[in-house]
Amino acid sequence: MNAATATENLLILIPAFNEAGAIGDVIREVHEVLPSAPVLVVDDASKDATVERAKSAGAEVLRLPNHLGLGGCVQAGYKLAYELGFSYVIRVDGDGQHDPRYIPELLKVLRTSGCHMVIGSRFYNRNGTHTSAVRAMGIWVFRLVLRPILGQPVHDPTSGFVGVNREALQVFSQSFPLEYPEIEALVVLQRKRFRFREVPCEMRPRKAGRSSITAVKSLYYIIHVLLGVFVNILKFEPRARKE
Amino acid sequence: MHRLMDAVTVLSVALIATVLFSVRRSHIRVEYSVSWLAASVILLALSRSEVLLNWISGELGLTSPPLALFLLVSCVFVVVIYRLSVVISDLKDANIAMAQRLAIVEFELQSRHEKQ
Repeated sequence: MNAATATENLLILIPAFNEAGAIGDVIREVHEVLPSAPVLVVDDASKDATVERAKSAGAEVLRLPNHLGLGGCVQAGYKLAYELGFSYVIRVDGDGQHDPRYIPELLKVLRTSGCHMVIGSRFYNRNGTHTSAVRAMGIWVFRLVLRPILGQPVHDPTSGFVGVNREALQVFSQSFPLEYPEIEALVVLQRKRFRFREVPCEMRPRKAGRSSITAVKSLYYIIHVLLGVFVNILKFEPRARKE
Repeated sequence: MHRLMDAVTVLSVALIATVLFSVRRSHIRVEYSVSWLAASVILLALSRSEVLLNWISGELGLTSPPLALFLLVSCVFVVVIYRLSVVISDLKDANIAMAQRLAIVEFELQSRHEKQ
């Protein structure tokens, strides 16, 4: 895996934990859309055949020695991508919910808009299908809270279909939220005065496995994330100067 | 009152003995035993000094010295637990960073091995 020879210096990052049922198809779909883009699967100490399926589908695998959770898993991929010199990283979930056909659009916006992060948004000009009522309510709460903090509306703050450029990659490789990282990551970017854009896309139902956020965990999720957002705001850190 | 203070004395001595035993058996590192030993000694001193406890309850505006003792015991253990939470957080951060580094180093070694 080499940043210099990769298509447009782009790495496709797939965090995976027990995704043997879907990971192979996800990688093959990515290769159909971007045949020469390197795909890195970060395996969060899966107990099933995720690693074998990912390798046989043509991906490189970064194997974590023990389970770190989504944030630690994604950050490990960001660290490796930064050290290998990649300019852009687009994260795709390993459960098949993210349609790789939208990757070129995310990359195009990332390259041309000058923003540091793009979010594949299921609510931006779309109807937000395949989202449970509880999750939709949580997203509504997060939108309300994040609007004044970020200084701009965000339609789908919980989307894991995101692309980052090298500047954001550097920040995230040093500081990245551990649990439920998507929303807190937006606040981390805001503290650096970085910008993000949303790109409309459709999400699909997961092909296999179950979401880590069950109905029981939803309330904990909302409280945890809101607390994390406020803690991130209060963190002492010199702010980057506005260019 | 006296029975309560005797009970706290027994508890403090038992805690000191347990911590020292654990340190001797290497179940607790010396630096983490200090918090527990300090907490135990404070409790022991309070439980053996009725004058001190009456003075503290008077200063806190509490009419009942046992309530003051309960409050102080709670405060001491909150401080110890908070300190341990800080230690655990630091260890978790270090553990995550180390696991990520290990995975990256293994990945790079594997890549070099495949190239050769």
